[in-house]
This record gives sequence, C-alpha cells and structure tokens, in this order.
Amino acid sequence: MTIDAATTALIPDRQVADDDVYLSPRQLAWRRARRHPGLLFGLAVVVLVTLVAVLAGVIAPHDPYEQDLSQQFAPTVWQEGGSWINIFGTDSLGRDVFSRLLYGARISLIIAFFAASVAAVIGTAIGVIGGYFGGRIDAVIMYLISCKLSLPGLIVSLSLVSVFGSSPVVLVLVIAFLFWDRYAIVTRTVTMQLREREFVTAARALGSSHSRIIISEILPNLLNHIIVVLTLEMAVAILVEAALSFLGLGIQPPTPSWGNMVSEGRADMFFQPHLVAIPGLAIFLLVISINLLGDGLRDVTAPDGRN
Amino acid sequence: MLRFLMRRLVVSALVAVTVSILAFGLLRLSGDLAAELAGSGASEEQIHKVALTYGLDRPTYIQYLDWAGSALRGDFGKSLFTGEAVSDIIAHALPVTAKLAFFSLVLILVLAIPIGVLAATYPNSWIDRAALAVATAGQAMPSFWFGLMLILVFGVWLGWTPISGQDGWSNFILPTATVALSSLAAPMRLTRAGMLEVMQSDFIRMAQAKGLPQRVVLYKHALRNAILPVVSVLMVTFGHILAGTVVVETVFSLHGLGYEVFHAILRADFPVVQTVVAFVSITYILLTLLSDLINAQLDPRIALS
Repeated sequence: MTIDAATTALIPDRQVADDDVYLSPRQLAWRRARRHPGLLFGLAVVVLVTLVAVLAGVIAPHDPYEQDLSQQFAPTVWQEGGSWINIFGTDSLGRDVFSRLLYGARISLIIAFFAASVAAVIGTAIGVIGGYFGGRIDAVIMYLISCKLSLPGLIVSLSLVSVFGSSPVVLVLVIAFLFWDRYAIVTRTVTMQLREREFVTAARALGSSHSRIIISEILPNLLNHIIVVLTLEMAVAILVEAALSFLGLGIQPPTPSWGNMVSEGRADMFFQPHLVAIPGLAIFLLVISINLLGDGLRDVTAPDGRN
Repeated sequence: MLRFLMRRLVVSALVAVTVSILAFGLLRLSGDLAAELAGSGASEEQIHKVALTYGLDRPTYIQYLDWAGSALRGDFGKSLFTGEAVSDIIAHALPVTAKLAFFSLVLILVLAIPIGVLAATYPNSWIDRAALAVATAGQAMPSFWFGLMLILVFGVWLGWTPISGQDGWSNFILPTATVALSSLAAPMRLTRAGMLEVMQSDFIRMAQAKGLPQRVVLYKHALRNAILPVVSVLMVTFGHILAGTVVVETVFSLHGLGYEVFHAILRADFPVVQTVVAFVSITYILLTLLSDLINAQLDPRIALS
C-alpha cells in the first residue's frame, strides 16, 4: 500500500472524490468560491463599480458639475426624443445624470470603505480584549457594547454631523464610531473559542506575552471573520451615508452622491421619476452585491455552522 | 433566577444612565452651544445673554444633573423654538411612531412566520429561494428610495393610497410596507432555521409517525418550539423601528418622533433632541431586558450561564 492510499484511508471525508484528496483548505475554499453564483455575481458588480469609481474621470461623458439650463430635463435614451449624448438624461440644472452617477460611485465607495475599516479597528480591538481576558474586563466590554446598541444610530449620526459639519472625514468617523458593534460581537465570540485552543496554550507555555499571543496567534485566525463583517458593514455604511445625504446632512451638493441625487430628484419626481429611480437602483444594486459577496465569503471560508 | 434578574436590572440601569449622559452631551460636543444658538454674527454680549437664558453658563455636569433630575419628575424642559413642553411634543409624536412601529411589526409577523415555515418545510425549493431573495432585497433597499417608489406607483400612478399625511389608517399603508420590508430578513431567517432544527427532533418524528396531519405537526408542535428566538428578535426589531423612523417619517410627512427629532437637530433645539434620544434608548433597553427575562423564564438554562 502506498503512503498516498494510506493517508486517504485515514481521512475518511477526503475520500468523497479522488481529486479532493490533496486539496489544502485554501484550495477547497477556491473550489467552493468558483461554484458559488451569489459570490461571483456580487464580486463582479463590486469590481465593476470600483473600476467605474476609479475611472470616473475617464469614462464620464460630461463634467458632472456643468450646468446648462437650456438642457434641463433632457430625456433618457429609452424615452422619446432621447439620445446617447445623455444616456440617463439630465437633471433640473441640466447636468448629465450618467456622469453624476459615475462620480457618485466614488464618494459612496470611499466613505463606505474607510468607515467600515476604521470601525473594524475599533470593533476588533474591543472584541478581542473582551474575549481574550474575560472576567471583569469582558463585563466592561459587554457593558460598552450594550450602551452602543441602545443608542439610536441614525439619530445620533444626524446630531453628530449637524455639530461637526458634513465633510467626508467627519462622515467616515461618525459612521465608524456608530457601527463597530458587529465586529466586536463576532471577534469577541471567536476569540473566546480560540483562547482555549492548543496553539494558544502552547504559546503561553513558551512564555509569550499577552500582546504577542493576541497579535500572532489570535488576530491571524480572526482575519476571515473580520473580512466577512467588513464586507457586510460596507453595505450598511453605504446605506447610512445615502440616508444622511438624502436628509441633507451628508455629502453636500453640488458634489454628487447617490443619496443626494435621490433627494434632488424628489422635487420633480412626479414628472421625471427616473431622476429618483436611477440613483436609488444604483444604491440597491451595489448594496445587494456587497451583501452577496459577504455572505458568499462566509460560505466559502467558514462553511460549517452557517446558521 | 433571582440573581440573574438582579444582575440584568443593575446592568440595564447602568446602561440607561450612561446613555442618558451621551444623549445629553450629543449637541454639546461642538463646545459652544450658546454661540450656535445665537447664530453666526452674534456679538459676545448676545452669546452671553443666550447662555444665561438657558443656563448654559453653568458647569456641564450641573446642567446634566439638573436636566436628569427634572426629567425624573416628568419635566423635560421646553423646545427653544416653539416654547412647547418637550413632554407635549413627545405626547403628540409618539402615537404616530408607535402606530407605524406596531403596524410594521404585525405585518412582519404575518409575513415572516408563515413564509419562514414554508421555506423550512421545502428547503432549497423555489419558494425557499424566493423568500430568501425577497428578504435579502428588502435589507439592501434604501428605505427612503423604496418609500418614494411606493408613493409613485401606488399613490400617483394607481391612485390607491394617499401619499402623505397621518389622519386616516390608510396613510399608514405605504410607510408600514416600507418599514416592514426592510426588517423582514432576520425574523424570517430565524423562523426558517428554528423550524429546520425542530423538524429533526424525535418528538416531531413521533407526531408524524402517529399520522397527525402535516399542518398540525407544523403549526402546533414544531412552530411552538421554533418561535422562541423569533419573539426576542421581534422585540429588538420593535426597538430598531422606533429608533429608525427618521427617514420613513420624512418621506411620508408623518409627524412622529423621528420627524420631530430630525427638525430639532437641524435647529440645535437641544432640549428636544436629548430627551428623544434618551427616550428611544431607554425604551430599547427596557425591550431587550424584557426579552431576556422572557427567554430566561422559558429556558431556565440561560439564567444559570
């Protein structure tokens, strides 16, 4: 009997298919990813929107700020009298909706990405400290999380933005400081489980300090979870930024954001419904794709215990 | 159980105090509330006068204790702009928001539980996938946009529903649909997951083996056991709806808590903002406390852990 056959026999769940035998967890994850339509669709849209956001200056057919009152409410390409010059028509100030949409993608993605990343740092720090040390420290952490959960997020964001102004940096920080709880809850639970594992005990027996154990034993094992939460929180951040901008306290006109485009289109909604429909659909499509990507990543990296 | 109850009560009280301090500080973070109220271009003297009028010249902690003390006696101060007592503003606005939250919760219940049960009965069927798709889409939809689209389709094109106002019950149809769709996912997934788990257990197989009709097995035996986590999630959802109606109330011109607090924020009307934020937070704390206690009562293992 060859060694290969012996190993195969020892690992029964690897016997299912022959080509499964020598796949590392990473290769298995790749295989699951390629067979996951939700993940592939989400990834495709997110990559596309990111490209559009980066290349907005090159692709956009018009200047998103250029007003032309003689060209007010030009029809979209599928409406009567529409042309390919303004694919999605123009708004009440004669600005090209398609170009504004492309530039709006940039704002949405930048704010969402940085907000979710800052939140990841805050939430992970809080969650790991609580989960690793346990006891009284964990009780304090749980109390912090409860306080955060009891605050009405959107109302508090609105108040903070009204106080500190609505520059993109303020928006990123406000969203980050209000939406770190999911990272904290997930990393705390996982850290509690990791703390009992052999490799942590081994590191402790070797005399590693707490900070060293956290940095080189705990954090690398949390990375997959953090990435999954980061994806899902980016979707939340996009929705919050859009809501703030819709209410007039987010991205300020004339800078285009998908939220304030809906708000600007609202005045003419009954006659020009596409001015509201298009930016809203863009938000919806991006958010659902990011969610599909996040759910897919979770299925692929941690296929057990999905529910 | 008594120890669990005491511990939860103490923690909840601590959280409530902390949150009330945060709510109080929210509009004061800019540093000089008096200058903001006096408006840009106000002279030193005018700012000082504003500070004296509203007691803003006193140390912040005294102002907090003063506010919290009066609040405990039912006096929440007056709006700086209308002069109306904050308690009156809340008394007018709360019924609107409470109605919206209650209708939404009923709609969520009516949709999430039967659909969740159906999805669990036929896992991976088209109905399961469709239910998941609707819930996922509902979560991803910006509610202000979905609300506007509903107004456009049902209010304007079809003319079935009024598009704004709050006098009749029909005014609540579209806002309720908007809120319910965005909160449908969690209770529905939980019902499905709970049912799938319960359906594997021995007593269900026993009920099926006895030859009970599938309907009786599903709704009388399985659902009763699967629904516990759903109940507590619904409590939390109710809290979220109360806290999250700013957008929907603005879209549909409902003069509820969210609408009032939003306009108070725009005018730096701090007595209204701090009271509403504290009120919503403390309601949330009470709801989660209640759901924890119900869960502990139904499943005594929780209190022991």
